[in-house]
Amino acid sequence: MLKTAGIIFEPGNMASQLRSGWRSQKPVIDQSKCTKCLICWVYCPEPAIYKTPSGLIEINYDYCKGCGICAEECPRKAITMVSE
Amino acid sequence: MMQVTKLEDLYGREGISPGHSACAGCGMMVSVRQILLAAEPPYIVVSPTGCLEIVSSPYPYTAWKVPWVHVAFENAAAVASGIEAALKVLERKGLGKRHNIIVLGGDGGTFDIGFQALSGALERGHRLLYICYDNEAYMNTGIQRSAATPLGASTTTSPIGKLEPKKDIVSIAAAHGIPYAATASPHLWRDLANKVRKALSYDGPSFMHVLAPCPRGWYFDSNQTIKMAKLAVETRIFPIYEIEEGRYRINVMVSKPRPIEDYLKAQRRFVYLLRPENAHLLERFKKLVEDRWNHLLKMAEAFPAK
Amino acid sequence: MLKQEQFRLLSGDEAIAYSVKQCDVDLIAAYPITPQTIIVERLSEYVARKEMDAEYVAVESEHSALSACIGGSLAGARVFTSTASQGLALMHEVMYIAAGLRCPIVMAVVNRALSAPLNIHGDHSDMMGSRDCGWIQIFCENAQEAYDRVIQAYRLAEDPEVLLPVAVNIDGFVVSHCYEPVATLEDAEVRAYLPRRDRPKLDYEMPITFGSYALPNTYFESKVEQTKVLEKAGEVFEKVYREYPADRGRIGKMKVDWKGEKISVICMGSTSGTIRHTIRHLNINGVSLISLRLFSPFPRKEIVDAVSDSEAVVVMDRALSPGAASPPLASNVKASLYDAGLRIPVISVVHGLGGREATMSMISGMLREVKEEVSRGQARNRYLYLGLREDAL
Repeated sequence: MLKTAGIIFEPGNMASQLRSGWRSQKPVIDQSKCTKCLICWVYCPEPAIYKTPSGLIEINYDYCKGCGICAEECPRKAITMVSE
Repeated sequence: MMQVTKLEDLYGREGISPGHSACAGCGMMVSVRQILLAAEPPYIVVSPTGCLEIVSSPYPYTAWKVPWVHVAFENAAAVASGIEAALKVLERKGLGKRHNIIVLGGDGGTFDIGFQALSGALERGHRLLYICYDNEAYMNTGIQRSAATPLGASTTTSPIGKLEPKKDIVSIAAAHGIPYAATASPHLWRDLANKVRKALSYDGPSFMHVLAPCPRGWYFDSNQTIKMAKLAVETRIFPIYEIEEGRYRINVMVSKPRPIEDYLKAQRRFVYLLRPENAHLLERFKKLVEDRWNHLLKMAEAFPAK
Repeated sequence: MLKQEQFRLLSGDEAIAYSVKQCDVDLIAAYPITPQTIIVERLSEYVARKEMDAEYVAVESEHSALSACIGGSLAGARVFTSTASQGLALMHEVMYIAAGLRCPIVMAVVNRALSAPLNIHGDHSDMMGSRDCGWIQIFCENAQEAYDRVIQAYRLAEDPEVLLPVAVNIDGFVVSHCYEPVATLEDAEVRAYLPRRDRPKLDYEMPITFGSYALPNTYFESKVEQTKVLEKAGEVFEKVYREYPADRGRIGKMKVDWKGEKISVICMGSTSGTIRHTIRHLNINGVSLISLRLFSPFPRKEIVDAVSDSEAVVVMDRALSPGAASPPLASNVKASLYDAGLRIPVISVVHGLGGREATMSMISGMLREVKEEVSRGQARNRYLYLGLREDAL
């Protein structure tokens, strides 16, 4: 009924829009260097970085646009941008 | 008020979902994510027209996982005022619940077209937090100059460099006698998060000015966003301070500032400012930064925060 | 059934303020502009004396007034604002948004001329300037009606099938400032007539996004859908005034006096009263008077039914539409007649601009001319300015 007003009742349904096609390079985390400091996570604009239940930091490649901020800011240089 | 000390304190429910169409490396989105992670629920977000509104709400999709409203370009503060007043009386009548109200507006919708509504809302003392994410131009419509565009920056409507200095929005906001006004930067996540929480704790209006570096409009590589924010602070171009009930506190004391040229050279929007024939403009730019820094120091000395 | 009615001596503005008080309005966004300032003044007194439990927001412009109303409405509150002339024009952009976002806002518009030149007196140019924004628009003849329509407007706006904003119009100074005995309802009656109804709102427990942007693939349908809702609101309006807890002559979309005569006069606002009085007082026969209340959605069928027996229709517009083929009300009437296949001559009369009231002599003179034309079978489409000083042009 309120379709006319452009009102959207499902919060966050834009998550259905995958952005992987935007990037030309993707970040790869070297888990041996990662200290799980979460700096990459707090600086990711999407967010496309998350903590798994086991505590590992992973990239969500569905949403990563390949901006490279995570690789640039990682204090341990544990992330490298790899061409796709 | 829960202090944020480690990133784990912030890890939790995001207010906005990925899948939005912001540019890769968008400084605004880094800031908005941090703001919403720090904000204490329940809260409602109001946005004027702009980058944030457009990238997050193309019907039938919304990236907003929290209640959000967009009405028009110049009235976010007025809409927020209406929500605040309504929830106040609805709660009194047992028909609703007060929420924290956070306006997330760009520099266009705050410094220029939204200026009147902002002033009205601050003057009337509504309990709301107005945060301006400042990418220093009308970015959503393709990089046009706003009152927030710095001196010498090139935009499509100031192609050879803006000749007017940046409007001092924080002083203007504070001049309304509001309890809290502050600047923040997305590279200083702890400072930003704690400022959001502090601002929300006041029973009145607060204002935050957050720098949002824009790779597209400032012309730098998308992975440099956080570095740009850091440079802006380290050159004293964007001081990090707060004004609590008229008393000043400089949060980041930059005793040995980096040369301003470092910041200007890193962004192609300043290419005209660096030309030899514009040396006088560059001098003016440096003087503005220095004068404002000194003014801040004097204010912090004369009216120190407790 | 006869009921002991309570009468109060109120001006149009005061009547509106009194009805807003009784409607348990939550949020009032207030900005002064002649001739509606008295409404917001009275309301601020009611709030200050705690005769009303509402938040009174003295906004810094009319644009912000309506914006604050939208915010409040989306937060689930019952909201009110009032304006006139330049204020309405300033709100113009936001009016479309209020309708587009389906906010059940009620706004009183005290019709006043638009600048330039600046004029503070009554005419309909302000509401006509915003007639396309998707609001329901009701025009009142007097203070009594102003009181009743505001209350009915909330019931209409908040109806789940409607959820559209309503503008209740009264003529500047003539109705807003003149005193009449107004029969008022009991507080309890008004509250019973206006129960609170649930609708989608801003709430952290159920996050909704209001005000998304639409691309070409969805906008068109959105707007047509909205227009259909506005059309449907005409039916709900019928229901709303029939269920009103007082008779008031049960005036719905229009009041028709002396139906079925050779000449029909269609008019909105207080001039209808003057015309009715002129016809009675001067014993003018052969004229039907249709005093139109509901301007938007325009009651095409009812208008055509009311005038189909006439040989000439006089349409009284209190606004110009410069550059257009016809002034606003005449355009609507002609389009309705044309769609119904009727080519009854329409005499389009523009009157009352900038507060120059149509007097009994002007009206009787005009009606005499039209009657003469009709009796000679020479009625034709034409345009005239009633009360214009040709020598001063």
